[in-house]
Amino acid sequence: MTESSPITREEVAHVANLARIQLTDAELDHLRDDLAAILDHVKVVQSVVDENTPAMSHPIPVTNVFREDVNVPGLSAAEALAGAPESEEQRFVVPRILGED
Amino acid sequence: MTQTLVDFDEALTRYEPVMGLEVHVELNTASKMFCGCPTDFGAEPNTQVCPICLGLPGSLPVVNGKAVESAIRIGLALNCEIAEWCRFARKNYFYPDMPKNFQTSQYDEPIAFDGWMDVEVDGETYRIEIERAHMEEDTGKSTHVGGSAGRIHGADYSLLDYNRAGIPLIEIVTRTIEVPGDKAPAVARAYVNQLRDLIVALGVSDARMDQGSLRADVNLSLRPADTTTLGTRSETKNVNSFRSVERAVRYEVSRHAGILDAGKKVVQETRHFHETEGSTSSGREKSDAEDYRYFPEPDLAPVAPSREWVEELRATLPEPPAERRKRLQAEWGFNDLEMRDTIGAGALELVVETVAAGAAPAAAKKWWLGELARRAKEDNLELADMPVTAAHVAELQGLVDSGRINDKIARNVLDGVLAGEGSPEQVVTERGLEMVSDEGALSAAVDAAIAANEDVAQKIRDGKVAAAGALIGAVMKEMRGQADAGRVRELILEKLGAS
Amino acid sequence: MTDLTRKTAAELSELLSSGEVSSREITQASLDRIAAVDGEIHAFLHVSQEAALEAADRVDAARAAGENLGTLAGIPIAVKDALTTRGIPTTSGSRILEGWIPPYDATVVERLKSAHMPIIGKTNMDEFAMGSSTEHSAFGPSRNPWNTGVIPGGSGGGSAAAVAAFEAPLAIGSDTGGSIRQPAAVTGTVGVKPTYGAVSRYGLIALASSLDQIGPVSRTVLDAALLHNVIAGHDPRDSTSLDAPVPDIVAAAKRADLSGVKIGIVKEFIGEGFDPGVRARFEESVALVTAAGADVVEVSCPSFEHALAAYYLVLPSEASSNLAKFDAMRFGLRVAPDGVSEPSAEQVMATTRDVGFGDEVKRRLILGTYALSSGYYDAYYGSAQKVRSLIAQDLERVFVDVDVLMSPTSPTTAWEFGAKIDDPMSMYLQDIATTPANLAGIGGISVPAGLSDGLPVGVQFLAPAMADDRLYNAGAALEKLLAEKWGGYLIDQAPELEVAP
Repeated sequence: MTESSPITREEVAHVANLARIQLTDAELDHLRDDLAAILDHVKVVQSVVDENTPAMSHPIPVTNVFREDVNVPGLSAAEALAGAPESEEQRFVVPRILGED
Repeated sequence: MTQTLVDFDEALTRYEPVMGLEVHVELNTASKMFCGCPTDFGAEPNTQVCPICLGLPGSLPVVNGKAVESAIRIGLALNCEIAEWCRFARKNYFYPDMPKNFQTSQYDEPIAFDGWMDVEVDGETYRIEIERAHMEEDTGKSTHVGGSAGRIHGADYSLLDYNRAGIPLIEIVTRTIEVPGDKAPAVARAYVNQLRDLIVALGVSDARMDQGSLRADVNLSLRPADTTTLGTRSETKNVNSFRSVERAVRYEVSRHAGILDAGKKVVQETRHFHETEGSTSSGREKSDAEDYRYFPEPDLAPVAPSREWVEELRATLPEPPAERRKRLQAEWGFNDLEMRDTIGAGALELVVETVAAGAAPAAAKKWWLGELARRAKEDNLELADMPVTAAHVAELQGLVDSGRINDKIARNVLDGVLAGEGSPEQVVTERGLEMVSDEGALSAAVDAAIAANEDVAQKIRDGKVAAAGALIGAVMKEMRGQADAGRVRELILEKLGAS
Repeated sequence: MTDLTRKTAAELSELLSSGEVSSREITQASLDRIAAVDGEIHAFLHVSQEAALEAADRVDAARAAGENLGTLAGIPIAVKDALTTRGIPTTSGSRILEGWIPPYDATVVERLKSAHMPIIGKTNMDEFAMGSSTEHSAFGPSRNPWNTGVIPGGSGGGSAAAVAAFEAPLAIGSDTGGSIRQPAAVTGTVGVKPTYGAVSRYGLIALASSLDQIGPVSRTVLDAALLHNVIAGHDPRDSTSLDAPVPDIVAAAKRADLSGVKIGIVKEFIGEGFDPGVRARFEESVALVTAAGADVVEVSCPSFEHALAAYYLVLPSEASSNLAKFDAMRFGLRVAPDGVSEPSAEQVMATTRDVGFGDEVKRRLILGTYALSSGYYDAYYGSAQKVRSLIAQDLERVFVDVDVLMSPTSPTTAWEFGAKIDDPMSMYLQDIATTPANLAGIGGISVPAGLSDGLPVGVQFLAPAMADDRLYNAGAALEKLLAEKWGGYLIDQAPELEVAP
């Protein structure tokens, strides 16, 4: 992204779709402005690092944290489904899925 | 929608297939990848779940060490390098079968990479290069309600069972496979088949395609002959048997050729293989399929297998497949053709197991490549998926060897075993198929046959021993086949003084 | 009778072990205080009166039976609503989780229970801990006990307000970029963000997994240490949990001795952008610790200037993934779009997330999704993760020469409701001094340092990872010096709250 091309409304709409949030037109406009202001502030990170700077994904350098391959009691089906918006035949009911089988 | 298909052989005159195979192996660990839930197949819905694999707020994953061990062993068996340090990554996309709406997987740092596996087809060896093998987790299972026949299109709603969510998967990805076009389908099949044998030999998975514990995706594109132009590829999923791997390759070659011949463009998409029709159909493209927003999983520590551990695991590997095949061939005394047929039929492991259960190699091969192969073909099943075990086959042969049944009865016994009536021993008892070994009864039956066929008997007395066949037949008929024909012959000759 | 709600946890502990008061009396006093003032303060989203009193009775019975109990046994505690509590509603301040009852306890909640601490309720917070004021709570803001017209800080404003309003002697908070320390600073209380991994995150509804850390909220440094001691320690259910002994933080809090301690003043955090009143209180604190024998030097961490930018990329990115699970399929709110017959799962997800999430959450989820998306990852998320390395390197360098760092906790005191709500960037700037600790994984403490225009100011100490004992020693020392000066704790100067009839 360059100085002259801040985030566009279309980009916000695309990203909102990736994030699965149905935004209204007003929200889209408002968010575009907010994001442009925030990005203007945070874009500085690009200029203070280079390819030799290591990226840090974990604050504490711990490796190889493994669990024994043993069974631990989990939830009963009733407990699992207790918070479900809807259930049937001991399964979670979800609206029709657009997609493939 | 009609599809113009070009005959496979004709397509190969103009195009060369370029393939890639992605195989998912469900590990047979006792617990899931990131939690302690059981992994049993076929449990009641949502009874093998917990806050972690249900993705409930606040829960955190912890890596199953045994799954990492299995991943490394698979990597080593595929001649891969094992990463000195690698991370899990989140693959972000929304789908109701995925509780967290991201799959915990690996991205640019797979646990194993740069390997190979040699596969044999018709006596030729093809080296399949392995790009990577990485660890990830399985999704839940959806059942579609309403609409037509449980298909997702037109369904009213879906039911989700998360028992499978979080079961450890290893995804094994090949580099581009380029072999002579006519060999491509067979090489693809052989690769998946031999990969399965390897996985089974490692003991890390049941690797059953029919139960989904081994799943293959076929990526295919066509390149116009004598060019280097890469075509657009399709990714075919739902390929649930070795035979389907071969058929999916053939179908996609024919379909792509039809599109290209018409001057159209192949669409990059996911396709689904349909077992019954042997064809593929387009899957709806996920709108965000190309942007998974991978990033390193902050909730899991990086995996840094020490070289000592890797070497310890290397020492546990089974014999490399090629060496093993040579050794087995020598041990069994098979000639090259017999060995090739055995491998080609997908019967190598079955013969190994049958021999281990006590049968002679030749007998084991005879059953698997003969009677059982014939029935598998009739039923459209893989040999390995027949409802008969190596132990059954060995037991069956044992019954023949001990003279308690003959070959013809053995086939009857096999019917019973395949029908789920139990072991061969049980079927023999239940169906009353044991041969008559009561000398008195046999002797009486022989006497009766001689009396009823005096002219034949006389010929035998006169030295025409070949005529005994007619009398044997009569006795066997009387005994409903359940007699040892050799003993009957002996008795006849004895009684007629021709022995 | 003495007002039990004014006692510190350490004092209550002594009264309990001497048998002078029961846990039921203390717990009831807290519940009564909540009934009296929480209508005004709104620190709690849920009060579990019955369960708390039952727990109090159990610990009283155990004590009567002569059981050997821990220091905090019988002392009631409030828990931020970001932690799961089995059988008790948990919302994380969001409409999308309204009505959800977790089927399991967070590890920290389990530890509080096994330490026999009655949990009196769940405290208010900015939705999913995104905010610095509690104004982003879906259930209305909490109010600052010092002045109910100003914010109590955030995201853990509920926990800080509960402690500052004497509704609870102790509370649990979580700190992703200052959510424990900034509310402590603006409410005149103590808040500690331990070293990353010191306290298990299992059961903490994640905001940004690599930044989040649970910690204690209290009125004194010793009380924070006592609570820290109960909740810290290795947890096999959290892969990022430190498998190392917890430093002796209680002894450190009791030591409270700065002689010979080298303190670094962070140059980048004493300049403009910090209110004059905040700077004045900070400078007085520096003078006190210097007089008490600390060796104070100025240090520079140039990378800290970029901490906020890195933070506002790392946090939304991780949050965009962590909050994807709130999709209306398995738990929580489900809203179908208007005017669509037979909506798809996709449509229901998108509508529920629009209705169920507040503006600030949506803003950050969109920002984070953008920062991770194809073509922008390297520029934004990738670069931000590199800035974290620079911050860690700066800290490693300065901690060779100094034992702890010292700075104001927050650039301003509490502001009036609504003052920053429409300007996200000005709200984000509040986190300038607190975010480096989270980005680098080190610990930090905020202690009260006096008032500016009648509102509390906090001073922060930072220590290297796994040296949280230094926070308690330095924090307790400053607390002691100020208490000597004031003749008591700052919180004792808080105005009396109007009590509901």
